Amino acid sequence: MDKQSIFEAVQEIFRDNFDDETLEITRETCAEDIEDWDSLEQINLLTAMEKKFNLKFKLDDVRGLENVGDLLDLIERLTA
Amino acid sequence: MYPFDYPLDPAYILQKKRSLKRTLLQKDGLIEKKVAIMSGSTIGEIKNILELFLLENGIKPTFFEGSYGLFYENLVFDDGSLKAFAPDIIYIHTSVRNIKLWPEIGDDAQQIDAKLNAEFARFEQAIQAALSFGCQVICNNFDLPVYRVMGNREGVNSHGRVRFVRRLNEKMANFAENTLNFYLNDLAYLQAIYGMDQFSSQTAWYAYKYAVSIDCIPYLCQSVANIIKSLLGKNKKALALDLDNTLWGGIIGDDGVEGIVLGNETPTGMAYTEFQSYLKELSKLGILLNVCSKNEENIALTGFDRADSVLKRDDFLCFKANWEPKSQNIAAMAKEINILPDSFVFMDDNPAEREIVRQELPGVTIPELTAPEAYIAAIDRSGYFEVTTLSEDDKKRASMYKQNLERAQLEQTFGDYNDYLKSLAMKCEIGHFDMPHAERITQLINKTNQFNLTTRRYTAAEVESLIEHPDYITLFGRLTDKFGDNGLVTALIGHIQGDVLHIDLWIMSCRTFKRRLEHAMFDQLVACAAKAGIQKIVGHYYPTAKNLLVRDFYATIGFEQVAEDEQGNLTFEFTGFADYAPQCGVMEIEIV
Repeated sequence: MDKQSIFEAVQEIFRDNFDDETLEITRETCAEDIEDWDSLEQINLLTAMEKKFNLKFKLDDVRGLENVGDLLDLIERLTA
Repeated sequence: MYPFDYPLDPAYILQKKRSLKRTLLQKDGLIEKKVAIMSGSTIGEIKNILELFLLENGIKPTFFEGSYGLFYENLVFDDGSLKAFAPDIIYIHTSVRNIKLWPEIGDDAQQIDAKLNAEFARFEQAIQAALSFGCQVICNNFDLPVYRVMGNREGVNSHGRVRFVRRLNEKMANFAENTLNFYLNDLAYLQAIYGMDQFSSQTAWYAYKYAVSIDCIPYLCQSVANIIKSLLGKNKKALALDLDNTLWGGIIGDDGVEGIVLGNETPTGMAYTEFQSYLKELSKLGILLNVCSKNEENIALTGFDRADSVLKRDDFLCFKANWEPKSQNIAAMAKEINILPDSFVFMDDNPAEREIVRQELPGVTIPELTAPEAYIAAIDRSGYFEVTTLSEDDKKRASMYKQNLERAQLEQTFGDYNDYLKSLAMKCEIGHFDMPHAERITQLINKTNQFNLTTRRYTAAEVESLIEHPDYITLFGRLTDKFGDNGLVTALIGHIQGDVLHIDLWIMSCRTFKRRLEHAMFDQLVACAAKAGIQKIVGHYYPTAKNLLVRDFYATIGFEQVAEDEQGNLTFEFTGFADYAPQCGVMEIEIV
């Protein structure tokens, strides 16, 4: 999967999870920027991404994820 | 496809929870309930998803969230916040992760028993503390541990954790069986259905302290919501069943009675036969089975004459084998049985038939059916008929409805309705609320929707608190006639303020409509009120989507309407004590 398709799929997940069809994310988007993005929602985002990209994150994978860029890098690494 | 019907789509529910909630909140007639979730592990997402399943069942919850992992402390040493919240339901979300004292190699039998008893006592104490809030309490039993040091021996040797958990679960089951208002959520069974490796993921535990994997939370919440909706009288009551390729394989009109697939000789036949056995078991719990099939009736009936047909004609209440649209047949059955179309689950292998009924009767529940080997799961996994309490009346319900249809046939032979009523040889027992009847009264209060003037719901504890209360007049009525015993079918609660009696609740089961039983109850209420020195009885009608039937009821028995507000709530007053003439007159009354 190329970077652009991963980005678009992640954007779709964010829109679904936060129930906001107009949400535009960037690599810098972080929990501060989206009101409902708390630790609980972080888990849901990761669960949705596991499903979407057919992955199982390891414990070490999900530590220190600060923003959308970190998430994209992780998915790119695991799907490479 | 609808995400809450079988088969559930957990990923969709988790991801779309916000938009699902928005849609569900628009449903009519939601009843509000206060639900406290006590934590043995993380409950955040459990709360969100449980909310969806409750809304789906017409229940709008407000939540109290216990502190992380402190279910015992929050319940046993409540700081006042839980009491102030006044929960209707407490759900204690515990799991195998909350067991502290495990047997160790080297412990003797006594030490192991002592640990078992100590563990059980801790949970029992938390549950008793929860019950002391006067609400219904749900607690998980224990899922199995995810590893086995001894392998298979772990389930045999008393030092094994698997054995220990199973023993603990047996104690929990005994406790639940013998404790009013306490219900077990079978976490162990859920774990078995969805598989331990999926259901109890180590990652979810280590990373987020979730005892149940995120993607299995919808299954957990469905299970808990099923218990809650059952307690609130929101179970389904009846099945409308197609015949061809639903109760047997093939088309009886084309293939003939010998050509249909049924019986244990073929794999597909086995699937249909076991499905029929499952339905037969359901009917023993009081679930009403009905046929709704496009067929010639006389040909359809021959299918049940086959020796290998588990179900017989007698197992069905209504038998609609004709060429009318199925939505009309279901609506007609609902009317004949006198239940709402919402109480039906419709099973049909034909997607087009399902779709038509879905469009025409949106209240009817319609699971997707794929292949006969999956039919049982389509009902069983959905929990439409979740049993929380099983009263004697439940077991007799199917025969009671059958008697009702016989009464309806008799009615047609009488010109005068009073003559018909008298011919029924009715006997009515009326009494004040007491302990032996409290459970059935609570059940009736929480599931009666049509003849229900105020639609106030009461917990078991609230009902019990009214027994022999000096400020309340309570009445229940049981009706018997020549066709059989209808059971306890009506109840009334009034509270006394000075010389005025306010009727807080008046309900009657739909199976005894039009029998003048409500008049018998009122005759008795007037007598009790007069004895208590009451000068005026005040009755209220609060409209809901389902109780239009009784909007004018008070006006028909001698009340005068004195007020109506913009919500359509009506207030009535009765003062006619002096010249009151009993209104029933068609049955023998016994005061018990």
